[in-house]
Amino acid sequence: MTAPFRGTTPQQRDPQALVAKPIFDWFFAFAVVAVIVLYVRALAFTPPDALQGLAQKIYYVHIAAWLGAYTAIGITALMSIVYLWLHDERADRLGEASAEVGLVFLTVGLTTGTIWAHRIWGAWWVWWDMRLTLTLFLWFIVAAYLVLRGGIEDPGMRGRYSAVLAVLAALLIPFIHLSVYLFSARLHPMPVALQPGRPKMSPEMLTTFLGSFVAFIILCIALIRARYRLGVLRDIASAAEIDGDAR
Amino acid sequence: MNELRAPGTLSAAWLLARKDLAIEFRTRTAFFSALVFAILALCIFYFAWDQSIVAPSELAPGVLWVVLTFSALLGLQRSFGLEEHDRGIDALLVSPVSRESIYLGKAIGNLLFLSAIQAVTIPALALFYNLPVGRPLLVVTGIVLLAMIGIVAVGTLFSAMAVNTRMAELLLPMLSLPFFVPILMSAAQIATRTLAGRPMSESAPYLKILIAFDVVFVVACTLAFPFTLEE
Repeated sequence: MTAPFRGTTPQQRDPQALVAKPIFDWFFAFAVVAVIVLYVRALAFTPPDALQGLAQKIYYVHIAAWLGAYTAIGITALMSIVYLWLHDERADRLGEASAEVGLVFLTVGLTTGTIWAHRIWGAWWVWWDMRLTLTLFLWFIVAAYLVLRGGIEDPGMRGRYSAVLAVLAALLIPFIHLSVYLFSARLHPMPVALQPGRPKMSPEMLTTFLGSFVAFIILCIALIRARYRLGVLRDIASAAEIDGDAR
Repeated sequence: MNELRAPGTLSAAWLLARKDLAIEFRTRTAFFSALVFAILALCIFYFAWDQSIVAPSELAPGVLWVVLTFSALLGLQRSFGLEEHDRGIDALLVSPVSRESIYLGKAIGNLLFLSAIQAVTIPALALFYNLPVGRPLLVVTGIVLLAMIGIVAVGTLFSAMAVNTRMAELLLPMLSLPFFVPILMSAAQIATRTLAGRPMSESAPYLKILIAFDVVFVVACTLAFPFTLEE
């Protein structure tokens, strides 16, 4: 009982041809090039930090990865609300794609963060840092979201359940934030680039820093796009399978 | 002609809770297994720390929350599993009660089920960990009740979702535990402070979080529940 979804009706396209056709994703290639250019710049053409030395270079991955993660997870939350409201399969698929990309960026953020923390804080993990703990639980929730999706076969039910989870998670985040905030030391460096007044950063560093944001946002969108297309193909393939079974 | 009327939301919820509790009362299997699990866990955790370094009374609050969480998950698992066997959920759906009352009924049933377990577990904790019986223990019991409202609110919804998936037993903890974090963090802080004899005013911010969580999630999960049923 898969409802026909707008934009791509399985009857209009031959699923075999669609799956077999190789796709060269120009946008994705552009994103990869942007990230490479950024890292060449960050490693070779940006001065090291006065206090943290080379360890600070990880900022260009770490903070940019967070930006990507929050963008992706924001899209998932938004699409879940849209799905519960309009029951449009595209919203569900976009939510799924963003959640998966979000999990990747969260993992990158957590990994680079612990490496940096080991060097600068002297510990791999500090529980009472608010952002660290909050993000860890965010990671768990996104993981649960994806596992939940994997455990349900009916597309309608899968969409509804995961949207409900995402909306409740959006309510949960402030609570985790608040409870960690109450007894936490804030070890994370406060924002440097986007604070009011003049940024306390050399112009080269600032350019690289903002460049890393742009590169990662492009990468994030490119990954979500690619993952969304995969979702479309999967749905077409499973619709064709059901079609074939019916005949 | 007899006047047949559909019951209101809350009275229907109470009827459903009574139905679940009657089933439980007649079979008693889930209750006893959850209870034995809770007390067994209390005893096992006693040996997880070196008693010459950490005094049992300092250990007690931590053990309490671990045991509470996992015995709650056991109880919640069974809540909608019960309806799954003979597709009892279909009968509930065709009955003239609102979907919100199905949720509330299940939640009330779960709350009473878990309270009954805690009613034995907390005295057992006091016994095994040499806690002074008195006002602090009473306060902790109150906090347990507040924590349980939040746990049950979220857990009942996820239990309804998890039974329809391929790996219900695994998925329920995976979905619920992140949601228990703010509850456990604040409840554990209050319990530790209270048992250490600190004034209640120190725990006020945590108490506020706990109460706010209960209110927000009871409302949100009641509203979300209809989405988890087949349309």
